[in-house]
Amino acid sequence: MRNKILFALAAFAAALIVRNLYVIFFVLGDEQNQGAIWRIFEFHFPAGILGLGGFIVATIFSILYLVGNDLRFDSISASIIEVSLVFAAIVLVTGSIWARIIWGVWWAWDARLTSMLICWLIFAGYLMLRRAIEEPTQRARLSAVVSIFGGIDAIIVYKSIEWYRTQHPGPVLTIRGANDAMPEVWQHTAYWNLLAMTCLAIILVMVRMRQEGVSREIDSMRRLAHSY
Amino acid sequence: MFYGFSAAWLIVIIYVVLLALREGKLRRELDRVRQMVEKR
Repeated sequence: MRNKILFALAAFAAALIVRNLYVIFFVLGDEQNQGAIWRIFEFHFPAGILGLGGFIVATIFSILYLVGNDLRFDSISASIIEVSLVFAAIVLVTGSIWARIIWGVWWAWDARLTSMLICWLIFAGYLMLRRAIEEPTQRARLSAVVSIFGGIDAIIVYKSIEWYRTQHPGPVLTIRGANDAMPEVWQHTAYWNLLAMTCLAIILVMVRMRQEGVSREIDSMRRLAHSY
Repeated sequence: MFYGFSAAWLIVIIYVVLLALREGKLRRELDRVRQMVEKR
């Protein structure tokens, strides 16, 4: 059943991605000042939402672990963080390529970019910490605490374009109350791409969670083997 | 623009490959531990 859901979701995501790529490259026009490069937004924005949203959701599961000591919450949190880290890397890389073309530099130490990089580093540290600790409950407890720090930073990243006016543009979507919002058709395409990439993220998280389950099974069998 | 799109998809593809490699490694490890338990 689980595999059927995965395949159905993968087929839906693939069809949607093909449709979105067609719209992005052949239907939408160039931006007046930026030319064709603005199209990178159609991937930069969904990846950003999935990266930051994933970190925040994972932090909630980490808090649930700390409250209830249920290792399943720890597995869910770790799976979501790993996948979110991939999307956060996409945000940093696509943003950097976009900046090189528009700003003339690969990187600027402004509030949005710097807080996002810190967020990525915190969660990369989270994964490294998990690899370093063998004992499951100690690993879950310590990594949950790190996740809370990262979750707070993820909220700062999200709000940074409203709180600080630095290099990174302010909100451009109507939903965020942008004064100078981008055309509706561009926004709708971004939302369609968000849907496609969300399906992809769900697939990756489901696969990762299955692997976490197998890891737990291996750990318990090892303990059983050593108890004889 | 194409560099941006290529970079985004390259990151996803690399992660999917790593995920698949890990899946195989975990399956082999599970079989090994199962055999170890059965022998005991």
